[in-house]
Amino acid sequence: MRRLLFQGIARRALTEKAPPVDDHALKELAARVHERSARRLGRSLAIREIDAGSCNGCELEIHALNNAFYDLERFGFSFVASPRHADVLLVTGPVTKNMREALERTYNAAPDPKWVVAVGNCAFDGGLFAGSYAVEGGVSSVVPVDLHIKGCPPTPHALLRGLLALLESPAGALK
Amino acid sequence: MTMLSALIAKGKLIAHHRPWPRAVVGGEVWRLAVGGLASGNLSLLGLWGDEATTVHMALLDETVVPNAVGVVSFECVNGMFPSIGLSHPPAIRLERTIRDLFGLVPHDAPDQRSWLDHGRWGDGKAAATAYPFLGAEGENLHQIPVGPVHAGIIEPGHFRFTASGETIVRLEERLGYVHKGINALMGGASLERAASLACHTSGDSAVAYAIAFARAAEAALGVTPPPRAVYLRALMAELERIANHLGDFGAICNDASFGLLHAHCGVLRERTLRAAAAAFGHRLMMDCILPGGVEKDLSSDGVLAVRSAIADIQRAFPALVQIYDATASLQDRTVGTGILKPELARKFAAGGYIGRASGRNFDTRRNLVYPPYEALSFDVPVVTPGDVDARVDVRVREIAESLKLVNQILDKLPVGAYREDVPERGGEGIALAEAFRGDVLAWVRLAPNGTIACCHLRDASWFQWPLLEVVVEGNIVADFPLCNKSFNCSYSGHDL
Repeated sequence: MRRLLFQGIARRALTEKAPPVDDHALKELAARVHERSARRLGRSLAIREIDAGSCNGCELEIHALNNAFYDLERFGFSFVASPRHADVLLVTGPVTKNMREALERTYNAAPDPKWVVAVGNCAFDGGLFAGSYAVEGGVSSVVPVDLHIKGCPPTPHALLRGLLALLESPAGALK
Repeated sequence: MTMLSALIAKGKLIAHHRPWPRAVVGGEVWRLAVGGLASGNLSLLGLWGDEATTVHMALLDETVVPNAVGVVSFECVNGMFPSIGLSHPPAIRLERTIRDLFGLVPHDAPDQRSWLDHGRWGDGKAAATAYPFLGAEGENLHQIPVGPVHAGIIEPGHFRFTASGETIVRLEERLGYVHKGINALMGGASLERAASLACHTSGDSAVAYAIAFARAAEAALGVTPPPRAVYLRALMAELERIANHLGDFGAICNDASFGLLHAHCGVLRERTLRAAAAAFGHRLMMDCILPGGVEKDLSSDGVLAVRSAIADIQRAFPALVQIYDATASLQDRTVGTGILKPELARKFAAGGYIGRASGRNFDTRRNLVYPPYEALSFDVPVVTPGDVDARVDVRVREIAESLKLVNQILDKLPVGAYREDVPERGGEGIALAEAFRGDVLAWVRLAPNGTIACCHLRDASWFQWPLLEVVVEGNIVADFPLCNKSFNCSYSGHDL
């Protein structure tokens, strides 16, 4: 084990440079994020992930954000275990009817100000599962959404670009 | 004549069902089949409803080599069928599901509660129907409700623990939160859309589902995909297995607060996914497999990317395993924790590393061999302790086997077409594929115009989730995450 630890010190870090911020996401945010809330949150955001019916593909890629290549925490993001500690709710899935109440309750449990980021094509409009008797069809049909990151699933790179937009200023507001 | 073929011979054989036989049987033969399950002569592979009239039961005979599969179908009388769960508990949740989704009622079923239906499918705003959890009475017992929203980045489900101090007395699972109505969405879908739905039934097993579905559809249509396609599918399947095993090996260690291995496994998993993206255009290889072949060909750059990722892992992984083996504080958490007894693994026909860590020597790649695995050489690791450590052990060895398989596949990769057009016609087909967590069953009936008339997908988790309830009994609450992660059952694949 010691050898592995020493190697870690000697070797160059695997962590890659931050990708450019997603312009599309910036535009969507500009319309929704208020200057005051932005100033209060600063550059440290606590994320609570909620699977509202995803196939688990989005979760796998959200997990990847924590690996050495993407290292999400260097930007001030951290995943937290309770909505009570969260600034950002990262929601995946088409929102199944069986998860609707759990999503609403988790949303209500998160303190204001808060942002909701809908991750994946299912979270956008139900995706592949739109029209089913068992799904609501998109996160915005249940709770207000500030930002959509599309993809099936979005790559960690795309997730990073979207999340970084949260930290960047739509109108100089978020710095 | 084996028991299974005798059962099939007693029913009315359906001619267009391939490759294994299906027969419509009456109540008497149905009960014989149930008796075979209860006595352990047969294993339950699947149980599903079909258009509010029929219940199909897929059976496995493990006494012959290669194992035999058959389907018996019961046409319900007054919407009822004789319960299997009454004498064979692994069928209970499947029966409850059949009642929820098809309205067919298992007569004399031991558990009358709904399963996937939470009473919300009407307008979605109704409060859930009350769910009576099973009781546990005694002095000083307390309940711990967990979920559906969990603390980690994982799928939703509810766990109801009853504990005495730190010790778990009873765990009851309540699932169905991610039910998306895949069965219903399949009806009338084109082959292409159905393949995509299959792929997104459980995103971590996208490849295995796609293979099972494609093979079932190909069986129904009577077509054989080109050899190159079959090899490319196996390449994807092994990459998927490696990526999942790597991720979970790290995550299990992380659940014992040993972050070092989690970090290193995360790097190797990422390398695997990047190779998959370079080779097939998608990190999780979703929508890369279609009935008739694969979506696109593998380029020489793709081969290079895969070879280099495999070499990286082969170089780096043994040191990680050595650390796992040599860290007493980690072993202290995994050895002797969450023991699954071999009898139960056999009774539930538990697939994947869960069965193989408890002595069940079964892998569809070998027991129900499908191409190209008959031409490849690999071992199926089987151990008997049945604890968290044994499940880790099996997965570690499977990574090594899959790494070898990837190299064999690339060495033998046939040249030629990677896809062929499939005809539009009807038929019925069934297939199994080995996902990283166990066997996935796909059954499909195609309408004469080639669209899906009925499709059922059965995740390995159906027969693994109930066992998790058993293995945590007597363990401390703090060890539940370890037990759970070492099982890593699918919620989405189960909830459909």
